[in-house]
Amino acid sequence: MSLRTTPFHSRTGPLSEGQAWRRWAGYVVASSYELSHDREYHAIRNSAALFDVSPLYKYLVTGRDAARLLDHVVTRNVGKAKVGQVLYTPWCDNEGKQIDDGTISVLGEQTFRMTSADPTLRWLHLNASGLDVKIEDVSETTAALSLQGPSSREILQIAAERDLATLKYFRLTSAQIRGIPVTISRTGYTGDLGYEVWVDAAQAVPLWDAVIETGRPFGITPAGMLALDVARIEAGLLLIEVDYFSSRHALIEAQKSSPLELGLGWTVATDKERYNGQAALEAERRRGPAWQFTGLTVGWDSLEQLYAEVGLPPRLPTQAWRTSVPIYDRGGHKQLGYATSGGWSPLLKRYMALAHLGSEHATGTEVRMEVTVEHRRKQAKALVTPLPFFNPDRKRA
Amino acid sequence: MKRYDAIVIGGGHNGLVTAAYLARAKQSVLVLERRPRVGGAAVTEEIFPGFKFSMFSYVVSLLRPEIIRDLDLPRHGLHILPLESTVTPMENGDYLAAWGDHDETRRELYRHSPRDAEAYDEYGRLMHFMAQAVKPILGMVPPDPTSFAPGDLVGLLKLGKHFRDLGGERLHALVKLMTMSSADFLDEWFETDVLKATKSASGIIGTFLGPRSPGTAYVLLHHYMGELDGVFRAWGFAKGGTGAVSESIASAARGFGAEIRCDAGVSKVIVGNGRATGVVLENGDEIPARTVVSSLDPRRTFLQLLEPDHLPSDFVSDIRRFKFRGSSGKVNLALDSLPSFTCMPGVGRQHRGAFSISPSLDYVERAYDDAKYGEFSRRPYMDIVFPSMIDPGMAPPGKHVMSIFVQYAPYALNGGWTDAKREAFGDAVVNTVESFAPGFKSLILHRQVITPLDIERITGLSEGNIFAGELALHQLFFLRPAAGWAKFATPVRGFYQCGSGTHPGGGIMGASGRLAAMRILKDGT
Repeated sequence: MSLRTTPFHSRTGPLSEGQAWRRWAGYVVASSYELSHDREYHAIRNSAALFDVSPLYKYLVTGRDAARLLDHVVTRNVGKAKVGQVLYTPWCDNEGKQIDDGTISVLGEQTFRMTSADPTLRWLHLNASGLDVKIEDVSETTAALSLQGPSSREILQIAAERDLATLKYFRLTSAQIRGIPVTISRTGYTGDLGYEVWVDAAQAVPLWDAVIETGRPFGITPAGMLALDVARIEAGLLLIEVDYFSSRHALIEAQKSSPLELGLGWTVATDKERYNGQAALEAERRRGPAWQFTGLTVGWDSLEQLYAEVGLPPRLPTQAWRTSVPIYDRGGHKQLGYATSGGWSPLLKRYMALAHLGSEHATGTEVRMEVTVEHRRKQAKALVTPLPFFNPDRKRA
Repeated sequence: MKRYDAIVIGGGHNGLVTAAYLARAKQSVLVLERRPRVGGAAVTEEIFPGFKFSMFSYVVSLLRPEIIRDLDLPRHGLHILPLESTVTPMENGDYLAAWGDHDETRRELYRHSPRDAEAYDEYGRLMHFMAQAVKPILGMVPPDPTSFAPGDLVGLLKLGKHFRDLGGERLHALVKLMTMSSADFLDEWFETDVLKATKSASGIIGTFLGPRSPGTAYVLLHHYMGELDGVFRAWGFAKGGTGAVSESIASAARGFGAEIRCDAGVSKVIVGNGRATGVVLENGDEIPARTVVSSLDPRRTFLQLLEPDHLPSDFVSDIRRFKFRGSSGKVNLALDSLPSFTCMPGVGRQHRGAFSISPSLDYVERAYDDAKYGEFSRRPYMDIVFPSMIDPGMAPPGKHVMSIFVQYAPYALNGGWTDAKREAFGDAVVNTVESFAPGFKSLILHRQVITPLDIERITGLSEGNIFAGELALHQLFFLRPAAGWAKFATPVRGFYQCGSGTHPGGGIMGASGRLAAMRILKDGT
């Protein structure tokens, strides 16, 4: 295989019933292990789903100026973060256009782990000139599992032989699982109660075995990217190259977005000194962003009606789609924006979509989304809905 | 004392649905439930410490998608999980399996009969059309065919046009489906006995009929109606058991402002000048209301809550003739670990679906033969699921709960039900399972056996009929529960019925409750 497999592949490989793999950052990971991702999806909301998230790019940033470097690169305030905290943050170019988004784990006063969707080593080095900092690409030497769902805490507590109730949302701790040193962070990409476990790649397989064996009585279910994709839409979490384009890959200006346009205004710090894109973002905040990133709920009755006209029951996307779909005003003529992800939520029993609309269209506004019904373009009613679609108390409790 | 716009008697799922829709329309609503918890026959109870059971009704069959949407039940905790496979162990040690994956099912069927494997798709297509033909009726207030009232005539015309539009072929198939036995209907399609037995079993559930009794074919359709909802999936297993469905509806009703009072049994409906004006509780309290709605079954609604002189005598005799004839029992087990079936040894994905104990048509018909003459089946038909395999929260980690729906256990058992007879019935069930899964009995930590008499005593369902009145053709649509009174109103003004004993009835659908609420709101009483 010319693409790389992850350190868990000796375990995940044999589980794949249909040999359905998806590319991620030069690796292959399971699309779904079973022929349908249905059960894997429900495990996220019902028990616990185990994802191999090793392909994430990971950088270890250490040294006296480590926080200074990161603060210069990302939009959140790293200097203010305490040891044990995890920050979700975007980072921008000098024009305030988003390059990527990821997390920064504060492992020590001068030790940080940054994750990203795209390779970021060169960008970090470019920003580090003159700083006392060491940047190490640990992408291949660090493996990661994500355990998501209502039973995730119970399972990890047994596996790590310690109480995790005090580990708050977006905090991390070091622990041992069957003698294997790990970092456990209360993070994830599902909007549910969940944890990510970071481990030396050499110990990946025994860690997988320990988590699976502990989790079996709790219904732990290895899950792939198709299930994750539905959950992250429910959680209103955006995906690079799908919901937005990295400004470093954009070929035209219109392909770029700012964090303010992507619903990430809360991550743009107002209380720190110079960082990439600061002036542009401050100016944009003052005048108000042109776009907003929002949820849409496609009206069932409207969809049912469109299908009834051709004599069919409504057909719904069982897998999340990732294409650009035009959104029109309620008259159906003027285009207001476009949706970039969408799908049926088996939990909420709702057809949801994530969309970019002009910022003037408030929650509750009725719009039209293009749908194809029996080869013909139609428009279904949809309502502008605040994100996230699903936000259970247990996520933060 | 507060006078409510509406009092709903009974907090089963239909009563709660009616309450939620009325409250949503800004009516002041009070639900009165006799038991300490809402749900009626859709309840989850921790019968044995750490083990939770959907005591009676155990799968969500046809909960109407419009109710899920209108009441936004997922926000109130409803999570329907897939229940995808069915394995039928055969007496020769082989099995027949239907899996979630279509190709896998077809290949499995091919093993038994290449011909049936092909017929399976065509049959599925026909049933799709049949379900499509019948589905609108589920959401319709039944028009009275003898009436010349404009509403009835419009309803009948719509219905007539609907059936005419089906075209000859499909209309003929529908008539067959309405009149044939499931065994005969399936004979026209398949040759594999175990397939016919398993399919026909879904046609006998809740009836006092066997697979060779005419009228059972119609009930086969119910499964396909669930499939019409397709990806909406209103069919499956509710996280937290069926009690969680009731709780979610109750939560929605409360969200709209309805009050729900448990431990508040109603003894009588107060009637003055031919009009319901409130209720009397079992403790003697009186609560006034503009409208009173009963979700109890027709017998209790009309013969227990009202005095006979409030009703026309021909109506009373119709209700007296309404058939209940409970025929199903339930055995709920707490297990130390999962049983291994001879036909498919070990523990695996088969335990995440149903096991159907229906090895042959003769087996199922013989089970009925016992019941016909007043005995419980010595070797009964059973539908077995392991809810803890789908929602691990139903049992302590590593332990399991097993739900066994059993037929037949006649309400009118020879000599009547006693504690000893109940345990003998439980033994027959457990021994039959043991014959397909040796060693199973040693895994049982706790056993609860429920007879139709127990169903009646606990939930109030007359004769323990799980559908609040048999789902037989002469008791459906404009005849449910009685000719002329199938539109949720009753001969007493301001008194309505909303339970499963009204159209369309059956399963955790909520359609009766919703239609009743719409009727009440339309009448504006």
